[in-house]
Parts: sequence; structure tokens; C-alpha cells
Amino acid sequence: MKKIYGSAKEALDGVLSDGMFIASGGFGLCGIPELLLQAIKEDGVKDLTFASNNAGVDDFGIGILLQTKQVKKMISSYVGENAEFMRQYLSGELELEFNPQGTLAERMRAGGAGIPGFYTKTGVGTVIADGKEHKDFDGETFILETGIKADLAIVKAWKADEQGNLIYRKTARNFNPAAATCGKICIAEVEEIVPTGSLDPDLIHTPGIYVHRVIKGDHEKRIEQRTVTAA
Amino acid sequence: MWDRNQMAARAAKELQDGWYVNLGIGIPTLVSNYIPEGVDVTLQSENGMLGMGPFPTEDAIDADLINAGKQTITELDRTSYFGSEQSFAMIRGGKIAMAILGAMEVAENGDLANWMIPGKLVKGMGGAMDLVAGVGRVVVVMDQTNKKGESKLLKECTLPLTGKAVVDMIITNLGVFNVVEGGLELLELADGVTDEEIRAATEATIVN
Repeated sequence: MKKIYGSAKEALDGVLSDGMFIASGGFGLCGIPELLLQAIKEDGVKDLTFASNNAGVDDFGIGILLQTKQVKKMISSYVGENAEFMRQYLSGELELEFNPQGTLAERMRAGGAGIPGFYTKTGVGTVIADGKEHKDFDGETFILETGIKADLAIVKAWKADEQGNLIYRKTARNFNPAAATCGKICIAEVEEIVPTGSLDPDLIHTPGIYVHRVIKGDHEKRIEQRTVTAA
Repeated sequence: MWDRNQMAARAAKELQDGWYVNLGIGIPTLVSNYIPEGVDVTLQSENGMLGMGPFPTEDAIDADLINAGKQTITELDRTSYFGSEQSFAMIRGGKIAMAILGAMEVAENGDLANWMIPGKLVKGMGGAMDLVAGVGRVVVVMDQTNKKGESKLLKECTLPLTGKAVVDMIITNLGVFNVVEGGLELLELADGVTDEEIRAATEATIVN
């Protein structure tokens, strides 16, 4: 089966529907599927729920879908850099479910691995634990968190081969491997597609079984906090 | 009174050779400038990296290489990269020896609040809830009082908690406290700060 598509628009053809649940890779603006997000904006699909660590900034990443009011709900750990997000949330236009960062990553991993729930110490004694099952193990209290199963996963990788095997680069890996596993369909956007057989099988981060469609494109890769030291 | 750098330098004295450590955003980040001679520590960045290096020179900036504060950084010889699920597995699995974090409020039982002010400031907890629940030791570095001059060391936190009874040590601009049975133990005074001054700026119970 052919996994390589010509553009983000083509790769999303027949996949999008109003009210769908999308899991996205990325941390801040690093390693985000920026081309797929732009194509989702252009499609106009609405009432989306996103599981994504952050919500981008006002004019980049998921932020562009907030501007167009295409997002109904965010499941995120940190939204501090996005003024429009804050405005929509505080005015009640946007639903927000805060997940601790590790809980969000593990929820994606678990959902993709067929694990419906797991216990964690994270969030015990905080508002995160409200309404969740508590259970003691060896004298310590844990809460039950559930796996995430999304309708669609969108990820950004560095390289793919024609089988959809993916390799990420540096900290642009972040949530991408976990997100890739938890969607019914996973679409990856990459900087380079190489022929099958040219990636070292020992160095593949996400095996192609998780990845259904792949596109290649030019990435802006915007930097959020440009910090330097004198040469 | 200590400034930001002096607070960071004091926190660095808590580091031990061979430790894997996570430094939060703000003053905690400065701790990396004061790691004592002969103490080898590896810094974790919870977005997915062990062995975090200093900020890059202008020509070495790489958009794919950032820390948990979204700042551009560099890698070291020892660096490894991994996904966020692996990153938090090592945090939750107790492999990180210590986290140094900022705070809005700390209570005398070690409760920590540093992620939101209801109705006003909604940033999110990021990885802080995972860190305080999972790492071996939690050190808070913060100013002793807020902008209104009110103590941030409280009998009970007023803001939503990041973790319950999780803080081990607090380093402020006025001094150093341990969280012990019954309240805070005053360990040290910052340069030029009197015992009277630090007690007046502490709402929490000081046991000694």
C-alpha cells in the first residue's frame, strides 16, 4: 500500500470531520506538524478536540486554528505563550482539560498500546485528582488515568522511508512518537523521504506500522525563545 | 539579602556528584552556572533530553534543539534524546535525583503551588506535577515575599496545588529552610539578613 502523499491536503483527504479528536506531536513550536495544521485550517473542519502539550502561539501551530475558532477543546499541559488561547478560555469559548505533561505523554502511549488506564502518583492531592479513582499500592496513593485513543494523529519527523518508518531529530522528537501510536490514522510530515532500505533498521524511532500516510514539505521551524551566548 | 545569582549559587551546593537533575524555568536555570568543581551532574530537560548544554552561539542555533523553557540550547558529548513518554518514565520512575523549581507559594507541610492563579493566570503545570511526585528531592528557589510584601511561606497554600507535601528544601532571598515534622527548620540566613527579619517575613511555623 502506498503511504506517500503529494501534499498535506491530499494526505488529509477523507480523514477530517467536524467534532473529531486529534492527537498532535510537538513541544512548544518544536517538532510540530505545521504543514498538516495549516491544511486543517484551510479545510475549515470545526469543533475539534486536540490532545497536544501546547497550543502554539497566536499565529503559529495550533494557535492558527484558535484564531479561526475551529477548536472546541484542548487537552494540554501548558498554554502560557498563547494570548488568544487565554482569552478564549477565560471567556468560556474554549474548553480546556489540563493534563500534567507526563500524564499526557503516558495517556498517548497507553492508548496506542491498548492499555485503557494506568495509575500514577502525579496529581494526587491536587485538582487533577478530583473525581478520579484513588488506589493505594505499598502504602502510597495513586490515581487512575485513562489512555487516549484519537481519531487522527498528526506528527512531525525528520526522515521517513516509503514504509512510514520514522526518525526524529534532537528535541523535536518530544510527543511525536507517543502521539503517532494513539490515532486510528496517523499522518506524518517529514523533511525528507528516503527509499526503503536506506534507513538503518536499528535506528528507527517509530516503526511504519503506526504510520499510514507520509508527506514531505518545507518547514518554517519557528523558534520561540532565541537564547544565545557570546562566541 | 541574596540576589537571583546568589540564590542559584546556594542551590547548586545541594548537587551531588553523579546525580541526574532537573532544573525549572527562571532562577533554577541559573543553577547550572554554579555547579561546584568536581561535582559531575547531568541535566535533564523534560521535553526529551539528558545532558543539556549551555545556550548556543548565534551560528549554532538549532530550531530542533530546545529546553523545557523553549529556549535554544546545545548538546554535550554525553547527550541522549528520547520521547516525552520516556522522559516522564524516568521522572516518575524515580531516576531523577533532584528537581529545583520556582514557586508561587509553599506551605509548612511542603505543599507546593506554582501553576495557576484562578481567574487570572492560566499557564498550566507543564511537567511540574510529574517532577514533584517522582523525583528524589524537591528544592524550591523563590523570593521570600510577593510583590505586595506578603510571605510566600505559608501555613497553608491559597492557590491550587502542584503537589501535596512534596517540598524538601526552600531557598529564598532571605535564607534557607528545610521542611521537617511540624513546620520549617531555619537553616541559614542570607548575607546581611537578621534572624528577626526572616521570621517577620515567614507566615509558616518555624520550628527552631
